[in-house]
Amino acid sequence: MSIDMAQFHQVFFEESFEGLDIMESGLLNMDPGTVDDEEINSIFRAAHSIKGGSGTFGFNDISGFTHIMETLLDEMRDGRRPVTPEAVDVLLRSVDVLRDMLAATSDDGEVDEERVQEQKAELEQILNGKPGEVATDVGAADVAAQPVGGVEVRPIGWHIVFRPLSHMLRTGNDPLRIIRELAELGDLKSEGDISALPALSSYEPEDSYLSWDLHLHGDVEKQAIDDIFDWVEDDCELIIMPLLPEGEPEAVMVAATAAPTASEAETPVVQAAPPPVEQRSKKDRRSSKDRRTKDRRQSVGSSGGGSIRVEISKIDALINMVGELVITQSMLSMLGEDFEMDRLERLNDGLAQLERHTRELQESVMQVRMLPISFTFSRFPRLVHDLSSKLGKKIELKMTGENTEVDKTVIEKIGDPLVHLVRNSLDHGIEMPEVRLAAGKPETGTINLSASHKGGNIVIEIRDDGQGLNRDKIEEKAIEKEIIDEDHNLSDQQIYELIFAAGFSTADVVSDVSGRGVGMDVVRRNINELGGSIEIESDPGKGSAIIIRLPLTLAILDGQTVTVADETYIVPLVSIIESIQVKADQINRVAGKGETFKLRDEFLPILRLHELFGIENPNASSLEEGLLVVVEGDGRHCGLFVDDLLGQQQVVIKSLEANYQRVDGISGATILGDGSVALILDIPGLLRLAAETGADSAAKQTA
Amino acid sequence: MNEPQAKIEAALENQGEEYLTFRLGEEDYGVDILRVQEIRGWEAATRIPNSPEYVKGVVNMRGSIVPIFDMRQRLGMEVHPYSKNTVVIVLRVKNERGERNMGVVVDEVSDVLSTQKDRICNTPEFGGGIATDYISGLADADDKMIMLLDVDKLLNQGEQTDSENEDAA
Amino acid sequence: MASILAVDDSASMRQMVSFTLKGAGFDVVEAVDGVDALSKAKGQSFNLVITDVNMPNMDGISLIKELRGLPAFKFTPLLMLTTESGNDKKQQGKMAGATGWIVKPFNPDQLLATVKKVLG
Repeated sequence: MSIDMAQFHQVFFEESFEGLDIMESGLLNMDPGTVDDEEINSIFRAAHSIKGGSGTFGFNDISGFTHIMETLLDEMRDGRRPVTPEAVDVLLRSVDVLRDMLAATSDDGEVDEERVQEQKAELEQILNGKPGEVATDVGAADVAAQPVGGVEVRPIGWHIVFRPLSHMLRTGNDPLRIIRELAELGDLKSEGDISALPALSSYEPEDSYLSWDLHLHGDVEKQAIDDIFDWVEDDCELIIMPLLPEGEPEAVMVAATAAPTASEAETPVVQAAPPPVEQRSKKDRRSSKDRRTKDRRQSVGSSGGGSIRVEISKIDALINMVGELVITQSMLSMLGEDFEMDRLERLNDGLAQLERHTRELQESVMQVRMLPISFTFSRFPRLVHDLSSKLGKKIELKMTGENTEVDKTVIEKIGDPLVHLVRNSLDHGIEMPEVRLAAGKPETGTINLSASHKGGNIVIEIRDDGQGLNRDKIEEKAIEKEIIDEDHNLSDQQIYELIFAAGFSTADVVSDVSGRGVGMDVVRRNINELGGSIEIESDPGKGSAIIIRLPLTLAILDGQTVTVADETYIVPLVSIIESIQVKADQINRVAGKGETFKLRDEFLPILRLHELFGIENPNASSLEEGLLVVVEGDGRHCGLFVDDLLGQQQVVIKSLEANYQRVDGISGATILGDGSVALILDIPGLLRLAAETGADSAAKQTA
Repeated sequence: MNEPQAKIEAALENQGEEYLTFRLGEEDYGVDILRVQEIRGWEAATRIPNSPEYVKGVVNMRGSIVPIFDMRQRLGMEVHPYSKNTVVIVLRVKNERGERNMGVVVDEVSDVLSTQKDRICNTPEFGGGIATDYISGLADADDKMIMLLDVDKLLNQGEQTDSENEDAA
Repeated sequence: MASILAVDDSASMRQMVSFTLKGAGFDVVEAVDGVDALSKAKGQSFNLVITDVNMPNMDGISLIKELRGLPAFKFTPLLMLTTESGNDKKQQGKMAGATGWIVKPFNPDQLLATVKKVLG
């Protein structure tokens, strides 16, 4: 039977990468000196599975490497070796190397052999105090199993005395099976011995009482016999003696059988099973010089576009839903075959049912794309561990809501922005331990990374208890960069938000950690591209928080339909705070500052959509005639002036870029019930557009 | 409209040097028939804000969003009100990012022109108003001169000028 | 046809074992750990159980001990999949009532040969 093992590779790689993440987070959680059984067991198990799988699927380099890690972990698990920070660090680095090896193997790439060997040496150093012993001897036990050279005389067969102990049947081993197997090796003569059978009164039906005297003739390796009895060596009395051709000196035979414990030829060789054959083929190393510097995990994450692991329950839900849909469909078509007006009610019922099933099906399909955000969060313990020691800071990372499910695209795209934000917190937010102590704060800073569902949104927060944002420095910088005027009258909050402005480089605060050439404006753009928004909170001396809001799914959104002249647009419901009809006394026109209106205690700028989009002849030209949709984008509020509101509906987002290009202020398009196209407004983009074109100078004021 | 459609299909069978020809005012143009995805009547498109004049908007073509360009405006010709003969030719446009579908509005579709490669003149010489960049050659058909358009140049170029136009808007 | 319970926390190994055995015509039920396996074993009888050793929730050795204690599994062959080349795990397995073991890494042919041997 030939089975293509390659079909299991993808699953093996996926679970191995998951295993590595488990190992990594487990290692990061380990407190030196003490051993948490559950923790180390799960790390060990992950290593063990990778080793087993890689061996089975023929990735011998990987299994060889993992074997050393496993050995080290095993000793730690048994308490034979203390858990030192050094050992943990070496293991963490080994996890990285192993991840690279797996990624290279999975992508048919080159393994950085030099790095593997270095890391191996490091592991062996820890394991043995000196390098080079474990790895090379992985398969040492095999050697004994091979016939040794210099064979001159082979036995012509074997004499086996096999006496199962009374409990053997209760191990699931059947003596007759063993005898059958022996018979396959050669010509077998067996003699049963029933002398041990007790009187019927004391007979235990589950015990075995028989024994056998077996003569196996043929050219049979002793190993083959050993293998057959391998499982039962402790469940029976076993004597295996070679049958020699007549007249041969028996001492020679010993070499031939290569039984490790065979001492004297005359003495029956009592079964002392050598370890079973372990086929660890020797490393077929590909030599590779070029050092792989890419972050493999990153590329694996994003190249994983090909497949997605979906819980069976989600698939089941889909199948159920499709079933319902089919039933409804056949019901409707029966109804349509000879329709009469008196069946109108049933038709309406059927259509309502169809609508419900369609919606449910849609939701279930969307569920398939949802993955827990832990896929993204899992990299942060390591990041914080490495960076805090680099910066000499004491930082604890707390994560909550890792199981919050988000769209697969979000998982793929949110990683880099989050890394940037967490690095910022580490670098600029949390103070040095002595500074913290002096400020009366705990020495160890805390970064909270959380994800949750809030009202149709995913909210991701990065909150630290550091020093907060430096308002004056930001202000100074913004003036220097001519982002704001010196005579601005911005609130503190508005100052903070300047860090998201394009061109606001934090050049003099760039450090090795956070200054990687990515500005907060890029972070905000990435979030906006996902249809989300980003906000900042800062409390000087107490900490700061970044709050990211993302839509639940990227394929569908809840929209409010609005009209301007003949045009119909969709405003994402998440951006809408309320819709109001303004009265003249709420409106405030400031020369050169555009229009604002007073909503409760706040003056909000007004954006006239028809002006922004150059639409002629809007139905409502004066503000009192139309409606103001109060929207929020990037933390700013404004009133979007439109002619009218129509209904609210879920729309399927279609790309404008697929056949056309990106359009400022528009996030996509959708197809309405009548087949026509409506554009979906991108509120943060609109606010930026307004600020850029100067169509509304009030917007500029807050930009 | 069915007639040209049928001719397209017939022409596709032959796989020659074939062009779908159409009229803009007094002039005849042709596009590579293999690039033609669909011919449809003009129907109102959804306007795209702050886009160049020649971008008429986007329409729904079997679930995907396809932009529609006015060919007269694209070629700098005088604007002509749309009539019942006005049609949209949906073309497959290639660039380094892949393929896109775009529609062009023309006065009317004329015919399918089969011609030999050697009958196509490669060096068009025009004066004045016509943007020769988009013309890949000239073909002779029944005493008519047909300007063959390079679809990729014509419609990808549009993208670059968009940003300029946006600033003006 | 004989039914086999295949227990492994690793999806790739489980798939490989299950695919191989199904290909040979066996009925295969999969379980992801000892707890899962035990609950499946209580609801159905099997002619053979093949289990990994290192698993979360309940490891293979505990599973074997539990299964052997069930009347329906008193004589059922229980095989462990183990990479442990030392006798340690095997001894523990035997003590718990394992019939034998299949040493990882193994290939589908080896697996089938062993299974056919045990099931006669």
